[in-house]
Amino acid sequence: MPIVSSVKRVGHRAVDTIWRIGYSTRFFGLILLHSGPSFRRFHLIIRELFFTGVMSLIIILVAGLFVGVVLGLQGYETLKSYGSESALGTLVALSLVRELGPVLAALLFASRAGSAMTAEIGLMKATEQIAAMEMMAVNPIARVVAPRFWAGVISMPLLAAMFSAMGVFGGYLVGVVFIGVDEGSFWSQMQGSVDFQHDILNGVLKSFVFGVAVTVISLFEGFDAPPTAEGVSGATTRTVVQSSLAILLLDVILTALMFRGL
Amino acid sequence: MSSQPLVEIRDVNFTYDARPVLKGINMTFHRGKVIAVMGGSGCGKTTLFRLIGGALKPTKGEVKIDGQVMHELDQKELYAMRRKMGVLFQFGALFTDMSVYDNVAFQMREHTDLPEEMIRDLVMMKLHAVGLRGTHALMPAELSGGMARRVALARTVALDPMLILYDEPFAGLDPISLTVVGNSIRRLNNALGATSVVVTHDVQESLKIVDYIYFIADGVIVAEGTPAEIQASDKPFVHQFVHGEMDGPVPFHYPSASYQQDLGVRA
Repeated sequence: MPIVSSVKRVGHRAVDTIWRIGYSTRFFGLILLHSGPSFRRFHLIIRELFFTGVMSLIIILVAGLFVGVVLGLQGYETLKSYGSESALGTLVALSLVRELGPVLAALLFASRAGSAMTAEIGLMKATEQIAAMEMMAVNPIARVVAPRFWAGVISMPLLAAMFSAMGVFGGYLVGVVFIGVDEGSFWSQMQGSVDFQHDILNGVLKSFVFGVAVTVISLFEGFDAPPTAEGVSGATTRTVVQSSLAILLLDVILTALMFRGL
Repeated sequence: MSSQPLVEIRDVNFTYDARPVLKGINMTFHRGKVIAVMGGSGCGKTTLFRLIGGALKPTKGEVKIDGQVMHELDQKELYAMRRKMGVLFQFGALFTDMSVYDNVAFQMREHTDLPEEMIRDLVMMKLHAVGLRGTHALMPAELSGGMARRVALARTVALDPMLILYDEPFAGLDPISLTVVGNSIRRLNNALGATSVVVTHDVQESLKIVDYIYFIADGVIVAEGTPAEIQASDKPFVHQFVHGEMDGPVPFHYPSASYQQDLGVRA
Protein backbone atom coordinates (compact mmCIF):
# COMPACT_ATOMS: atom_id res chain seq x y z
CA MET A 1 0.00 0.00 0.00
CA PRO A 2 2.81 2.50 0.73
CA ILE A 3 3.88 2.12 -2.93
CA VAL A 4 0.36 2.95 -4.11
CA SER A 5 0.18 6.02 -1.90
CA SER A 6 3.66 7.16 -3.05
CA VAL A 7 2.64 6.80 -6.70
CA LYS A 8 -0.58 8.68 -5.91
CA ARG A 9 1.39 11.47 -4.26
CA VAL A 10 3.78 11.75 -7.20
CA GLY A 11 0.80 11.75 -9.57
CA HIS A 12 -0.91 14.50 -7.58
CA ARG A 13 2.25 16.61 -7.60
CA ALA A 14 2.70 16.12 -11.34
CA VAL A 15 -0.92 17.10 -12.03
CA ASP A 16 -0.61 20.07 -9.69
CA THR A 17 2.61 21.24 -11.38
CA ILE A 18 1.10 20.95 -14.86
CA TRP A 19 -2.01 22.77 -13.67
CA ARG A 20 0.09 25.60 -12.21
CA ILE A 21 2.16 25.93 -15.40
CA GLY A 22 -1.04 26.16 -17.43
CA TYR A 23 -2.67 28.55 -15.00
CA SER A 24 0.40 30.84 -14.84
CA THR A 25 0.66 30.85 -18.65
CA ARG A 26 -2.99 31.87 -18.85
CA PHE A 27 -2.30 34.49 -16.19
CA PHE A 28 0.59 35.86 -18.30
CA GLY A 29 -1.74 36.00 -21.31
CA LEU A 30 -4.34 37.90 -19.27
CA ILE A 31 -1.70 40.43 -18.17
CA LEU A 32 -0.79 41.10 -21.80
CA LEU A 33 -4.46 41.25 -22.77
CA HIS A 34 -5.26 43.80 -20.06
CA SER A 35 -2.12 45.92 -20.43
CA GLY A 36 -3.78 48.60 -22.55
CA PRO A 37 -5.23 50.60 -19.63
CA SER A 38 -1.82 50.62 -17.91
CA PHE A 39 -0.27 52.46 -20.85
CA ARG A 40 -3.21 54.82 -21.19
CA ARG A 41 -2.74 55.70 -17.50
CA PHE A 42 1.02 55.62 -17.40
CA HIS A 43 1.15 57.20 -13.94
CA LEU A 44 0.17 53.77 -12.56
CA ILE A 45 3.33 52.27 -14.09
CA ILE A 46 5.45 55.23 -12.93
CA ARG A 47 4.27 54.67 -9.36
CA GLU A 48 5.21 50.99 -9.50
CA LEU A 49 8.54 51.84 -11.18
CA PHE A 50 9.37 53.81 -8.07
CA PHE A 51 8.61 50.88 -5.75
CA THR A 52 10.22 48.14 -7.82
CA GLY A 53 13.01 50.04 -9.57
CA VAL A 54 14.05 53.06 -7.54
CA MET A 55 13.66 51.30 -4.20
CA SER A 56 15.92 48.47 -5.45
CA LEU A 57 18.67 50.88 -6.55
CA ILE A 58 20.71 50.94 -3.34
CA ILE A 59 21.05 47.16 -3.06
CA ILE A 60 21.85 46.90 -6.79
CA LEU A 61 24.52 49.63 -6.73
CA VAL A 62 26.21 48.37 -3.56
CA ALA A 63 26.18 44.75 -4.76
CA GLY A 64 27.49 45.84 -8.18
CA LEU A 65 30.37 47.72 -6.58
CA PHE A 66 31.34 44.76 -4.39
CA VAL A 67 31.18 42.29 -7.28
CA GLY A 68 33.31 44.63 -9.43
CA VAL A 69 35.91 44.96 -6.67
CA VAL A 70 36.09 41.19 -6.22
CA LEU A 71 36.35 40.67 -9.99
CA GLY A 72 39.17 43.23 -10.11
CA LEU A 73 41.09 41.51 -7.34
CA GLN A 74 40.58 37.95 -8.60
CA GLY A 75 41.10 38.94 -12.24
CA TYR A 76 44.32 40.76 -11.52
CA GLU A 77 45.75 37.77 -9.64
CA THR A 78 44.95 35.40 -12.51
CA LEU A 79 45.99 37.72 -15.34
CA LYS A 80 49.26 38.62 -13.58
CA SER A 81 50.48 35.04 -13.89
CA TYR A 82 50.13 35.34 -17.70
CA GLY A 83 51.56 38.88 -17.80
CA SER A 84 48.24 40.19 -19.11
CA GLU A 85 47.26 42.64 -16.36
CA SER A 86 46.31 45.20 -19.01
CA ALA A 87 43.38 42.94 -20.01
CA LEU A 88 41.78 43.48 -16.60
CA GLY A 89 39.27 45.98 -18.04
CA THR A 90 38.17 43.45 -20.66
CA LEU A 91 37.73 40.67 -18.11
CA VAL A 92 35.74 42.81 -15.69
CA ALA A 93 33.51 44.34 -18.38
CA LEU A 94 32.75 41.12 -20.28
CA SER A 95 32.05 39.15 -17.09
CA LEU A 96 29.65 41.83 -15.93
CA VAL A 97 27.91 42.80 -19.14
CA ARG A 98 27.42 39.28 -20.48
CA GLU A 99 26.79 37.33 -17.31
CA LEU A 100 27.08 38.66 -13.80
CA GLY A 101 25.21 41.92 -14.33
CA PRO A 102 21.96 40.44 -15.67
CA VAL A 103 22.03 37.31 -13.48
CA LEU A 104 22.99 38.84 -10.14
CA ALA A 105 20.82 41.91 -10.62
CA ALA A 106 17.88 39.60 -11.44
CA LEU A 107 18.54 37.45 -8.36
CA LEU A 108 18.64 40.56 -6.18
CA PHE A 109 15.56 41.93 -7.91
CA ALA A 110 13.67 38.68 -7.21
CA SER A 111 14.62 38.80 -3.53
CA ARG A 112 13.92 42.50 -3.04
CA ALA A 113 11.13 43.53 -5.42
CA GLY A 114 9.67 40.13 -6.42
CA SER A 115 9.04 39.00 -2.85
CA ALA A 116 7.54 42.42 -2.02
CA MET A 117 5.15 42.18 -4.99
CA THR A 118 4.02 38.69 -3.95
CA ALA A 119 3.48 39.71 -0.34
CA GLU A 120 1.61 42.88 -1.30
CA ILE A 121 -0.79 41.16 -3.71
CA GLY A 122 -1.19 38.16 -1.39
CA LEU A 123 -2.15 40.48 1.46
CA MET A 124 -4.50 42.45 -0.80
CA LYS A 125 -6.22 39.15 -1.52
CA ALA A 126 -6.27 38.08 2.14
CA THR A 127 -7.85 41.39 3.19
CA GLU A 128 -10.46 41.17 0.39
CA GLN A 129 -9.08 44.22 -1.45
CA ILE A 130 -8.91 42.23 -4.70
CA ALA A 131 -12.47 40.95 -4.21
CA ALA A 132 -13.63 44.50 -3.41
CA MET A 133 -12.07 45.75 -6.65
CA GLU A 134 -13.87 42.99 -8.61
CA MET A 135 -17.16 43.95 -6.98
CA MET A 136 -16.53 47.58 -7.98
CA ALA A 137 -16.38 46.39 -11.60
CA VAL A 138 -12.65 47.10 -11.78
CA ASN A 139 -10.53 44.30 -13.23
CA PRO A 140 -7.68 43.64 -10.75
CA ILE A 141 -5.47 42.20 -13.50
CA ALA A 142 -5.68 45.51 -15.38
CA ARG A 143 -5.56 47.79 -12.32
CA VAL A 144 -3.16 46.00 -9.93
CA VAL A 145 -1.20 43.34 -11.82
CA ALA A 146 -0.44 44.82 -15.27
CA PRO A 147 1.18 48.08 -14.01
CA ARG A 148 3.42 46.05 -11.69
CA PHE A 149 4.34 43.69 -14.52
CA TRP A 150 5.41 46.48 -16.86
CA ALA A 151 7.25 48.29 -14.08
CA GLY A 152 9.23 45.10 -13.41
CA VAL A 153 9.96 44.52 -17.09
CA ILE A 154 11.10 48.12 -17.62
CA SER A 155 13.18 48.40 -14.46
CA MET A 156 15.01 45.06 -14.71
CA PRO A 157 17.29 45.93 -17.71
CA LEU A 158 17.96 49.37 -16.22
CA LEU A 159 18.95 47.87 -12.88
CA ALA A 160 21.18 45.30 -14.62
CA ALA A 161 22.88 48.09 -16.58
CA MET A 162 23.49 50.04 -13.38
CA PHE A 163 24.81 46.91 -11.69
CA SER A 164 27.30 46.40 -14.56
CA ALA A 165 28.32 50.07 -14.63
CA MET A 166 28.94 50.06 -10.89
CA GLY A 167 30.84 46.78 -11.21
CA VAL A 168 33.11 48.25 -13.91
CA PHE A 169 33.73 51.21 -11.61
CA GLY A 170 34.59 48.78 -8.77
CA GLY A 171 37.03 46.94 -11.05
CA TYR A 172 38.59 50.25 -12.07
CA LEU A 173 38.86 51.35 -8.46
CA VAL A 174 40.72 48.25 -7.31
CA GLY A 175 42.70 47.61 -10.53
CA VAL A 176 43.75 51.11 -11.56
CA VAL A 177 43.52 53.22 -8.41
CA PHE A 178 44.75 50.76 -5.78
CA ILE A 179 46.84 48.14 -7.65
CA GLY A 180 48.21 50.43 -10.34
CA VAL A 181 47.17 48.82 -13.63
CA ASP A 182 47.67 51.30 -16.48
CA GLU A 183 44.53 53.39 -16.82
CA GLY A 184 44.83 53.83 -20.58
CA SER A 185 45.12 50.11 -21.31
CA PHE A 186 42.33 49.31 -18.81
CA TRP A 187 39.83 51.46 -20.69
CA SER A 188 41.13 51.00 -24.25
CA GLN A 189 41.22 47.19 -24.03
CA MET A 190 37.71 47.24 -22.60
CA GLN A 191 36.53 49.49 -25.40
CA GLY A 192 38.18 47.33 -28.03
CA SER A 193 36.84 43.99 -26.85
CA VAL A 194 33.28 44.77 -25.72
CA ASP A 195 30.99 44.63 -28.73
CA PHE A 196 27.79 46.65 -28.51
CA GLN A 197 25.51 44.17 -30.23
CA HIS A 198 27.13 40.88 -29.24
CA ASP A 199 27.80 41.73 -25.62
CA ILE A 200 25.78 44.70 -24.43
CA LEU A 201 22.54 44.08 -26.35
CA ASN A 202 22.61 40.38 -25.52
CA GLY A 203 23.05 41.30 -21.85
CA VAL A 204 20.10 43.68 -22.06
CA LEU A 205 18.02 40.99 -23.75
CA LYS A 206 18.92 38.54 -20.99
CA SER A 207 17.89 40.97 -18.26
CA PHE A 208 14.63 41.69 -20.12
CA VAL A 209 13.80 37.96 -20.21
CA PHE A 210 14.72 37.62 -16.52
CA GLY A 211 12.52 40.62 -15.76
CA VAL A 212 9.53 39.01 -17.47
CA ALA A 213 10.11 35.67 -15.70
CA VAL A 214 10.64 37.12 -12.20
CA THR A 215 7.72 39.52 -12.43
CA VAL A 216 5.26 36.94 -13.77
CA ILE A 217 6.28 34.43 -11.08
CA SER A 218 6.01 37.08 -8.33
CA LEU A 219 2.62 38.33 -9.46
CA PHE A 220 1.21 34.87 -10.08
CA GLU A 221 2.30 33.59 -6.67
CA GLY A 222 0.74 36.63 -4.98
CA PHE A 223 -2.50 36.31 -6.93
CA ASP A 224 -2.70 32.56 -6.30
CA ALA A 225 -1.70 32.71 -2.61
CA PRO A 226 -4.19 31.19 -0.15
CA PRO A 227 -5.70 34.15 1.75
CA THR A 228 -4.01 33.36 5.08
CA ALA A 229 -0.79 34.46 6.82
CA GLU A 230 0.68 31.01 6.15
CA GLY A 231 -0.42 31.13 2.52
CA VAL A 232 1.19 34.52 1.88
CA SER A 233 4.47 33.55 3.57
CA GLY A 234 4.59 30.31 1.56
CA ALA A 235 3.93 32.21 -1.66
CA THR A 236 6.72 34.69 -0.88
CA THR A 237 9.18 31.85 -0.32
CA ARG A 238 8.08 30.15 -3.54
CA THR A 239 8.62 33.40 -5.44
CA VAL A 240 12.26 33.67 -4.38
CA VAL A 241 13.01 29.97 -4.94
CA GLN A 242 11.23 29.66 -8.30
CA SER A 243 12.51 33.00 -9.60
CA SER A 244 16.10 32.11 -8.72
CA LEU A 245 15.85 28.72 -10.44
CA ALA A 246 14.10 30.26 -13.45
CA ILE A 247 16.83 32.90 -13.79
CA LEU A 248 19.61 30.30 -13.71
CA LEU A 249 17.82 27.94 -16.11
CA LEU A 250 17.01 30.73 -18.54
CA ASP A 251 20.61 31.92 -18.30
CA VAL A 252 21.87 28.50 -19.39
CA ILE A 253 19.49 28.50 -22.37
CA LEU A 254 20.14 32.11 -23.38
CA THR A 255 23.93 31.83 -22.99
CA ALA A 256 23.93 28.70 -25.15
CA LEU A 257 21.86 30.44 -27.82
CA MET A 258 23.68 33.77 -27.74
CA PHE A 259 27.31 32.95 -27.25
CA ARG A 260 27.70 29.39 -28.53
CA GLY A 261 25.40 29.80 -31.48
CA LEU A 262 23.39 26.66 -30.62
CA MET B 1 -40.09 53.66 -8.86
CA SER B 2 -40.92 50.29 -10.43
CA SER B 3 -43.09 47.91 -8.40
CA GLN B 4 -41.07 44.95 -9.68
CA PRO B 5 -38.78 43.57 -6.95
CA LEU B 6 -35.13 44.55 -7.37
CA VAL B 7 -33.77 41.13 -6.41
CA GLU B 8 -35.47 37.79 -6.98
CA ILE B 9 -33.84 34.58 -5.82
CA ARG B 10 -35.64 31.57 -7.24
CA ASP B 11 -35.05 27.99 -6.08
CA VAL B 12 -31.31 28.57 -5.66
CA ASN B 13 -29.19 25.54 -4.86
CA PHE B 14 -25.45 25.70 -4.41
CA THR B 15 -23.14 22.76 -3.91
CA TYR B 16 -19.51 23.08 -2.90
CA ASP B 17 -17.33 19.97 -3.38
CA ALA B 18 -20.46 17.76 -3.44
CA ARG B 19 -21.59 19.35 -0.13
CA PRO B 20 -24.94 21.14 -0.46
CA VAL B 21 -24.58 24.66 1.00
CA LEU B 22 -27.88 26.18 -0.14
CA LYS B 23 -30.98 24.09 -0.81
CA GLY B 24 -33.88 25.64 -2.69
CA ILE B 25 -33.66 29.24 -1.46
CA ASN B 26 -36.43 31.66 -2.51
CA MET B 27 -36.23 35.34 -1.57
CA THR B 28 -37.64 38.61 -2.86
CA PHE B 29 -36.06 41.98 -2.07
CA HIS B 30 -38.31 44.96 -2.79
CA ARG B 31 -36.96 48.34 -3.81
CA GLY B 32 -36.22 50.85 -1.09
CA LYS B 33 -36.13 48.20 1.67
CA VAL B 34 -33.38 47.08 4.04
CA ILE B 35 -33.37 43.30 4.30
CA ALA B 36 -31.35 41.19 6.73
CA VAL B 37 -30.20 37.66 5.97
CA MET B 38 -29.34 35.95 9.25
CA GLY B 39 -28.08 32.65 10.46
CA GLY B 40 -25.29 31.04 12.41
CA SER B 41 -21.74 30.71 11.17
CA GLY B 42 -21.43 28.37 8.19
CA CYS B 43 -25.15 28.41 7.37
CA GLY B 44 -24.61 29.65 3.81
CA LYS B 45 -25.06 33.42 4.30
CA THR B 46 -21.79 34.42 2.67
CA THR B 47 -22.38 32.00 -0.21
CA LEU B 48 -25.73 33.68 -0.82
CA PHE B 49 -24.00 37.07 -0.65
CA ARG B 50 -21.50 35.96 -3.31
CA LEU B 51 -24.30 34.56 -5.48
CA ILE B 52 -26.11 37.90 -5.40
CA GLY B 53 -22.88 39.70 -6.31
CA GLY B 54 -22.34 37.34 -9.24
CA ALA B 55 -19.08 36.00 -7.81
CA LEU B 56 -20.55 32.45 -7.80
CA LYS B 57 -22.98 30.66 -10.09
CA PRO B 58 -25.85 28.67 -8.56
CA THR B 59 -25.84 24.92 -9.15
CA LYS B 60 -29.59 25.25 -9.80
CA GLY B 61 -32.03 28.14 -9.87
CA GLU B 62 -31.35 31.80 -10.56
CA VAL B 63 -30.59 35.15 -8.98
CA LYS B 64 -32.29 37.95 -10.87
CA ILE B 65 -31.33 41.58 -10.27
CA ASP B 66 -33.27 44.36 -11.96
CA GLY B 67 -34.72 41.76 -14.33
CA GLN B 68 -31.36 40.26 -15.34
CA VAL B 69 -30.25 36.73 -14.45
CA MET B 70 -26.81 37.12 -12.90
CA HIS B 71 -25.22 33.86 -14.03
CA GLU B 72 -26.23 34.48 -17.65
CA LEU B 73 -24.29 37.76 -17.87
CA ASP B 74 -20.92 37.83 -19.61
CA GLN B 75 -18.05 39.68 -17.91
CA LYS B 76 -18.85 43.01 -19.55
CA GLU B 77 -22.51 42.82 -18.59
CA LEU B 78 -21.61 41.63 -15.10
CA TYR B 79 -19.27 44.59 -14.61
CA ALA B 80 -22.01 46.93 -15.93
CA MET B 81 -24.39 45.46 -13.34
CA ARG B 82 -21.80 45.75 -10.57
CA ARG B 83 -21.42 49.46 -11.30
CA LYS B 84 -24.99 49.76 -10.05
CA MET B 85 -24.15 47.80 -6.91
CA GLY B 86 -22.17 48.65 -3.81
CA VAL B 87 -20.56 46.05 -1.56
CA LEU B 88 -19.32 46.58 1.97
CA PHE B 89 -16.95 43.80 3.01
CA GLN B 90 -16.69 42.44 6.52
CA PHE B 91 -13.62 44.45 7.55
CA GLY B 92 -14.04 47.24 5.01
CA ALA B 93 -11.39 46.01 2.53
CA LEU B 94 -10.05 49.55 2.11
CA PHE B 95 -7.10 49.82 -0.26
CA THR B 96 -4.23 50.11 2.18
CA ASP B 97 -1.89 51.91 -0.25
CA MET B 98 -4.37 54.77 -0.77
CA SER B 99 -5.56 57.56 1.51
CA VAL B 100 -9.16 57.76 2.73
CA TYR B 101 -9.82 60.38 0.04
CA ASP B 102 -8.40 58.21 -2.76
CA ASN B 103 -10.35 55.18 -1.53
CA VAL B 104 -13.66 57.05 -1.79
CA ALA B 105 -12.65 58.64 -5.10
CA PHE B 106 -11.52 55.28 -6.55
CA GLN B 107 -14.71 54.31 -8.38
CA MET B 108 -15.39 57.86 -9.53
CA ARG B 109 -11.97 57.95 -11.20
CA GLU B 110 -12.32 54.44 -12.63
CA HIS B 111 -15.84 54.72 -13.99
CA THR B 112 -16.52 58.37 -14.71
CA ASP B 113 -14.88 61.25 -16.54
CA LEU B 114 -15.74 63.75 -13.81
CA PRO B 115 -13.22 66.58 -13.33
CA GLU B 116 -11.06 66.33 -10.23
CA GLU B 117 -12.75 69.38 -8.61
CA MET B 118 -16.14 67.69 -8.83
CA ILE B 119 -14.72 64.40 -7.54
CA ARG B 120 -13.32 66.34 -4.59
CA ASP B 121 -16.75 67.77 -3.75
CA LEU B 122 -18.43 64.37 -4.09
CA VAL B 123 -15.81 62.65 -1.92
CA MET B 124 -16.25 65.29 0.78
CA MET B 125 -20.03 64.87 0.63
CA LYS B 126 -19.78 61.10 0.98
CA LEU B 127 -17.33 61.39 3.87
CA HIS B 128 -19.53 64.02 5.50
CA ALA B 129 -22.47 61.60 5.29
CA VAL B 130 -20.57 59.11 7.48
CA GLY B 131 -19.16 61.83 9.74
CA LEU B 132 -15.54 61.42 8.64
CA ARG B 133 -14.84 64.40 6.39
CA GLY B 134 -11.93 65.28 8.67
CA THR B 135 -10.13 62.00 7.95
CA HIS B 136 -9.73 62.48 4.20
CA ALA B 137 -5.95 62.82 4.37
CA LEU B 138 -5.41 59.81 6.65
CA MET B 139 -4.28 56.37 5.54
CA PRO B 140 -6.47 53.32 6.38
CA ALA B 141 -3.87 52.11 8.91
CA GLU B 142 -4.47 55.30 10.92
CA LEU B 143 -8.21 54.60 11.37
CA SER B 144 -9.95 52.61 14.09
CA GLY B 145 -12.00 49.55 13.06
CA GLY B 146 -15.27 51.48 13.27
CA MET B 147 -13.91 54.43 11.31
CA ALA B 148 -12.52 52.12 8.61
CA ARG B 149 -15.97 50.53 8.27
CA ARG B 150 -17.57 53.97 7.88
CA VAL B 151 -15.02 55.05 5.26
CA ALA B 152 -15.72 51.79 3.45
CA LEU B 153 -19.41 52.65 3.64
CA ALA B 154 -18.72 56.04 2.05
CA ARG B 155 -16.76 54.25 -0.69
CA THR B 156 -19.59 51.72 -1.17
CA VAL B 157 -22.12 54.47 -1.90
CA ALA B 158 -19.67 56.56 -3.97
CA LEU B 159 -21.61 56.06 -7.20
CA ASP B 160 -25.10 56.06 -5.62
CA PRO B 161 -25.80 52.33 -6.16
CA MET B 162 -29.29 50.90 -6.52
CA LEU B 163 -28.37 47.79 -4.52
CA ILE B 164 -26.03 47.75 -1.52
CA LEU B 165 -24.74 44.49 -0.06
CA TYR B 166 -23.30 44.42 3.45
CA ASP B 167 -21.25 41.43 4.62
CA GLU B 168 -21.24 41.30 8.42
CA PRO B 169 -21.11 45.10 8.80
CA PHE B 170 -21.35 44.92 12.61
CA ALA B 171 -18.59 42.36 13.23
CA GLY B 172 -16.02 43.44 15.80
CA LEU B 173 -17.41 46.94 16.46
CA ASP B 174 -17.74 48.70 19.81
CA PRO B 175 -21.29 49.70 20.86
CA ILE B 176 -20.95 53.31 19.65
CA SER B 177 -19.54 52.33 16.23
CA LEU B 178 -22.24 49.64 16.01
CA THR B 179 -25.00 52.22 16.38
CA VAL B 180 -23.28 54.67 14.02
CA VAL B 181 -22.82 52.04 11.30
CA GLY B 182 -26.37 50.71 11.79
CA ASN B 183 -27.90 54.17 11.53
CA SER B 184 -25.73 55.04 8.53
CA ILE B 185 -26.95 51.95 6.67
CA ARG B 186 -30.59 52.91 7.20
CA ARG B 187 -30.05 56.63 6.55
CA LEU B 188 -28.02 56.12 3.35
CA ASN B 189 -30.52 53.60 2.04
CA ASN B 190 -33.36 56.07 2.51
CA ALA B 191 -31.37 59.00 1.09
CA LEU B 192 -30.31 57.06 -2.03
CA GLY B 193 -33.61 55.25 -2.52
CA ALA B 194 -31.54 52.09 -2.74
CA THR B 195 -32.18 48.51 -1.61
CA SER B 196 -29.87 47.13 1.05
CA VAL B 197 -29.12 43.51 1.92
CA VAL B 198 -27.39 43.01 5.26
CA VAL B 199 -25.84 39.60 5.81
CA THR B 200 -25.27 39.39 9.54
CA HIS B 201 -25.70 37.45 12.75
CA ASP B 202 -26.11 40.54 14.90
CA VAL B 203 -29.78 40.20 15.85
CA GLN B 204 -30.35 43.18 18.11
CA GLU B 205 -28.76 45.79 15.83
CA SER B 206 -30.47 44.38 12.74
CA LEU B 207 -33.92 44.35 14.30
CA LYS B 208 -33.59 48.11 14.82
CA ILE B 209 -32.83 49.04 11.22
CA VAL B 210 -34.24 46.46 8.80
CA ASP B 211 -37.65 46.06 7.16
CA TYR B 212 -37.62 42.31 6.65
CA ILE B 213 -35.56 39.37 7.89
CA TYR B 214 -34.75 35.94 6.48
CA PHE B 215 -33.28 33.25 8.72
CA ILE B 216 -31.12 30.59 7.11
CA ALA B 217 -30.05 27.36 8.79
CA ASP B 218 -28.41 24.37 7.09
CA GLY B 219 -28.88 25.97 3.68
CA VAL B 220 -32.67 26.50 3.88
CA ILE B 221 -34.86 29.39 4.98
CA VAL B 222 -36.24 28.43 8.39
CA ALA B 223 -38.09 31.67 9.14
CA GLU B 224 -38.87 35.07 7.67
CA GLY B 225 -40.83 38.15 8.59
CA THR B 226 -40.77 41.72 9.79
CA PRO B 227 -38.75 42.55 12.93
CA ALA B 228 -41.98 42.54 14.99
CA GLU B 229 -42.98 39.10 13.63
CA ILE B 230 -39.50 37.72 14.28
CA GLN B 231 -39.44 39.01 17.85
CA ALA B 232 -42.84 37.47 18.52
CA SER B 233 -41.94 34.19 16.82
CA ASP B 234 -42.24 31.00 18.84
CA LYS B 235 -40.28 28.90 16.35
CA PRO B 236 -37.55 27.14 18.37
CA PHE B 237 -34.69 28.13 16.04
CA VAL B 238 -35.73 31.80 15.86
CA HIS B 239 -36.29 31.92 19.60
CA GLN B 240 -32.87 30.45 20.31
CA PHE B 241 -31.16 32.79 17.84
CA VAL B 242 -32.93 36.00 18.85
CA HIS B 243 -32.43 35.37 22.56
CA GLY B 244 -28.95 33.94 22.21
CA GLU B 245 -29.70 30.70 24.07
CA MET B 246 -26.84 28.20 24.40
CA ASP B 247 -28.81 25.08 23.62
CA GLY B 248 -31.78 24.37 21.40
CA PRO B 249 -32.25 23.31 17.78
CA VAL B 250 -28.62 24.39 17.33
CA PRO B 251 -26.95 22.12 19.89
CA PHE B 252 -24.14 23.26 22.18
CA HIS B 253 -22.21 20.02 21.58
CA TYR B 254 -20.73 19.08 18.25
CA PRO B 255 -21.95 15.56 17.31
CA SER B 256 -19.67 13.01 18.94
CA ALA B 257 -19.55 9.62 20.67
CA SER B 258 -21.02 9.51 24.17
CA TYR B 259 -19.11 11.35 26.91
CA GLN B 260 -18.70 8.13 28.92
CA GLN B 261 -17.29 6.33 25.91
CA ASP B 262 -14.75 9.11 25.23
CA LEU B 263 -13.64 9.12 28.87
CA GLY B 264 -13.51 5.32 28.98
CA VAL B 265 -16.11 5.12 31.78
CA ARG B 266 -18.67 2.28 31.88
CA ALA B 267 -22.27 3.44 31.98
